[in-house]
Amino acid sequence: MPAVSKGDGMRGLAVFISDIRNCKSKEAEIKRINKELANIRSKFKGDKALDGYSKKKYVCKLLFIFLLGHDIDFGHMEAVNLLSSNKYTEKQIGYLFISVLVNSNSDLISLINNAIKNDLSSRNPTFMNLALHCIANVGSREMAEAFAAEVPRILVAGDTMDSVKQSAALCLLRLNRTSPDLVPMGEWTTRVVHLLNDQHLGVVTAATSLITTLAQKSPEDFKTSVSLAVARLSRIVSSASTDLQDYTYYFVAAPWLSVKLLRLLQCYPPPEDGAIRGRLTECLETILNKAQEPPKSKKVQHSNAKNAVLFEAISLIIHHDSEPTLLVRACNQLGQFLQHRETNLRYLALESMCTLASSEFSHEAVKTHIETVINALKSERDVSVRQRAVDLLYAMCDRSNAKQIVAEMLSYLETADYSIREEIVLKVAILAEKYAVDYTWYVDTILNLIRFAGDYVSDEVWYRVIQIVINRDEVQGYAAKTVFEALQAPACHENLVKVGGYILGEFGNLIAGDSRSSPLIQFDLLHSKFHLCSVPTRALLLSAYIKFINLFPEVKGTIQEVLRSDSQLRNADVELQQRAVEYLRLSCIASTDILATVLEEMPPFPERESSILAKLKRKKGPGNLHLDLDENRKERSVNGGTADHSSTTSNAKAPMPPQASAVPVLRSAGPLFQVFASPTTSTDLLGLGSTIATQNSAPPASKGASLLVDVFSGNTAAFPVETPVAVGPVADENFSRFVCKNNGVLYENQLLQIGLKSEFRQNLGRMYVFFGNKTSTQFMNFAASVVCQDALQAQLNVHAKPADPTVDGGAQLQQILNIECVSDFVDAPVLNIQFRYGGTLQNIAVKLPITLNKFFQPTEMTSLDFFQRWKQLGAPQQEVQNIFKARHSMDIEVTKAKIMGFGAALLDGVDPNPFNFVGAGVIHTKTTQVGCLLRLEPNTQAQMYRLTLRTSRGTVSQRLCDLLSEQF
Amino acid sequence: MQFMLLFSRQGKLRLQKWYVPLSDKERKKISRDLVQTILARKPKMCSFLEWRDLKIVYKRYASLYFCCAVEDQDNELITLEIIHRYVELLDKYFGSVCELDIIFNFEKAYFILDEFLLGGEAQETSKKNVLKAIEQADLLQECTFPV
Repeated sequence: MPAVSKGDGMRGLAVFISDIRNCKSKEAEIKRINKELANIRSKFKGDKALDGYSKKKYVCKLLFIFLLGHDIDFGHMEAVNLLSSNKYTEKQIGYLFISVLVNSNSDLISLINNAIKNDLSSRNPTFMNLALHCIANVGSREMAEAFAAEVPRILVAGDTMDSVKQSAALCLLRLNRTSPDLVPMGEWTTRVVHLLNDQHLGVVTAATSLITTLAQKSPEDFKTSVSLAVARLSRIVSSASTDLQDYTYYFVAAPWLSVKLLRLLQCYPPPEDGAIRGRLTECLETILNKAQEPPKSKKVQHSNAKNAVLFEAISLIIHHDSEPTLLVRACNQLGQFLQHRETNLRYLALESMCTLASSEFSHEAVKTHIETVINALKSERDVSVRQRAVDLLYAMCDRSNAKQIVAEMLSYLETADYSIREEIVLKVAILAEKYAVDYTWYVDTILNLIRFAGDYVSDEVWYRVIQIVINRDEVQGYAAKTVFEALQAPACHENLVKVGGYILGEFGNLIAGDSRSSPLIQFDLLHSKFHLCSVPTRALLLSAYIKFINLFPEVKGTIQEVLRSDSQLRNADVELQQRAVEYLRLSCIASTDILATVLEEMPPFPERESSILAKLKRKKGPGNLHLDLDENRKERSVNGGTADHSSTTSNAKAPMPPQASAVPVLRSAGPLFQVFASPTTSTDLLGLGSTIATQNSAPPASKGASLLVDVFSGNTAAFPVETPVAVGPVADENFSRFVCKNNGVLYENQLLQIGLKSEFRQNLGRMYVFFGNKTSTQFMNFAASVVCQDALQAQLNVHAKPADPTVDGGAQLQQILNIECVSDFVDAPVLNIQFRYGGTLQNIAVKLPITLNKFFQPTEMTSLDFFQRWKQLGAPQQEVQNIFKARHSMDIEVTKAKIMGFGAALLDGVDPNPFNFVGAGVIHTKTTQVGCLLRLEPNTQAQMYRLTLRTSRGTVSQRLCDLLSEQF
Repeated sequence: MQFMLLFSRQGKLRLQKWYVPLSDKERKKISRDLVQTILARKPKMCSFLEWRDLKIVYKRYASLYFCCAVEDQDNELITLEIIHRYVELLDKYFGSVCELDIIFNFEKAYFILDEFLLGGEAQETSKKNVLKAIEQADLLQECTFPV
């Protein structure tokens, strides 16, 4: 036991800790702990009243046991008793126990809050601090409710001691983070801003943190802090190193405060006032100058503190992105650090340069460091530094250096750490596509990716290469030749077999003229891989075979032989068996013409945001602003410059492919799509499965998908969307499931299943309603109509195209609804269905899930724009808020998907709290457009959500809030 | 800052401070994963790493690792010096602090941390002021106050 024992030692505790340390095994430790727990329990339950000291000792032991990682389920009451002890040491232990072991037991919470209240009003600064620390440490909603009004009062009261002010400021910061709705803004806010002028630097430090947090949420209210922060910063930066006494840290003046002030300034654009702006520029220049001065100490603490301020200053310079000279100076400074002997500085320089690369002023300056960065990629010994180098290469890539960077990344991939391979693969795939001048280079690059790191090539990557080859005639022959050659390797990755199967199935004819790649050789090559592949790949290969039958009639016999073999026709896997049976049958009965039509070449895919890009964004998670910035700046040439994309928001606006409306659609686009897609990934090839956000472009494929089922099976009305749901008596039971998605089963009973597929664009929509007859008997006098009642009549037009009056047993009937949103609306139209089944008339009414949010168009925006607009929509009737209990598990990914499915753009890195979600979009109606912002704040501790909607129209806010609240 | 962990070279957790609401289970999982990740790193490696969507800043002092998780926009170097200042405070208070001091006087380690950091932000960066506050509290230890 150490010699020091300040204050009062607790001998019993020390003995117990020694005992635990002497335990030879985990079992012995558990035994000793159980013995102690039994002892403490009996003391607490005993008849003899415990004195304060013993109570404190036992509570402290429990705390120790808990911190060892064991569960503690008693002692809370004793700890609460200690809070009101008149001995400081007992009170302190009581507070520590409560802070560490928060229990949401409501009886205790009110007792705890009472004790805190007493201490807050004690006017004894030490007690007040204990109480404030406890509130800040626990930070629960209950505490926020009890003290959110009191803490600001203490903070700004004239007679509050400095140390109490510091605690109060950070206590308020914590409450504002956990329960921002409960912290009222008020006249105290202006007084808080003036704490930046306080004489006590400790108070300024704490206050700056608080103001930064508050300013991120409501910048307008704290605007005056900018000039005060600049003034304060200027005084610190120009002070001599001894001026600030104990706030000077290793010869650096108030580094923590400087960093915080620079952070605060990053909540705002550059100051408009010329004088303030000049003073700030001066500060930043001084900080940059100091970096060039010889160090005042050799200690690493000195250089760390100094460089912490420097890096924060550079962040501010990048954030302002307005002073070219400062940006270039920052870049040069970082360039020096790239070769520094300190690994930490090299890491940070790489990281910081990533953001500099996205500024148009410094992009070129960053590019001059390419050799150093490539060298870092090859020679750094720490994987986290190499990761930063990869990020920076990605960020600095443009058309001029793309070939070099892609080549370096590819060669690095062969030896790269497993943990970062997938990300590198994605980045290479994106760069290769983005900067491809000729697509042969692109095809080569992707095939190399598969060769070097096949296991890390996700589906998105090989889907994408196929999309691009299909869409570009000029590269198809080359692609076929290259995959054919790549497949010659005795051991090639399954992903290569997939790409090879798909491409040869489509374009094998382009190389069939060469006797070395004759149809039969192509087929034999593919089929030699068949047995080594997984089921989805085999399914894909079977589709390639049927395509071969169309392309090369001469190998029809060979392929039919293969399809006919027992290993195919009687395959244990249903999907493979079905494909073999269907393809064989198709090849036997269909005429050449029909075969040629059905198996026609795939139509081009609609241009859309690369699904790889979406995946990379997801992988990087929230907060990686530079990636988005980068995209905004450089997106102009995505998809090889053919499509006129000027921003990243292109995906939802992607035009429908012209083929969708051409005559042979139902014969070619749809079924072929199904032919080639494996069952589990059928929609993914279009990039649909990856995010719900792209749902709008589904129709051509989906229409056909159901058709194919009808053509071949004909006996079940299988609606191939998802498994049927339980039969419900209420006809709007599934309604809310469609708020965030467009496809699925709307209604089902013993006779009838109703499936929906819909697409919306601007204020228009189209809904495909599929009526599946589940019986073997024909439905007679079948009629379905849509009714808009009352006010809805004027708000929404729904026009149903007439459909057949009969639905055969087991068959499916499709009806198309055209929808137009005239103005915002609340109610939903009703679908009335009437038919005669076995002599009885059936009447079914179902609420149609056409909801206001369907007319959402997502809008991407920066944090600054978001908060500006948020403020503009601050009128009371524009905001609607709902606080509600979570009905489902609070999974982050699910929540994201739902918000995107709802139609809004999910904005990453906008909310200062990474656990919150914010979204933005525009509701399109015929008469007007309504801009909408939304923010969802989950509180996992309380299993609650708070949802806030701000739109320019109160009724829209209300409706959207109601709709979305139901989803979580 | 989202949390701070102190652990030994053997992976034993010596102090844990959480500034974000997490369940006990999540805390245990995070500590376990992170301790493993950091112990697996070689000396001389960089003090920063990306971990899930957080930035981890860590430094080893003798047998103890000090590790902080900060958010994306937070400053790594200043966090490194937060760790150092905390070590200095412990050192000053205990008089060349060692792991045993923190084990046997864990409650003191928590009290000192609360005076220095609150809600995950630096509350008082002056060494003198923090130690003054702790000494004042120590003086009060056995005083009885009228209730």
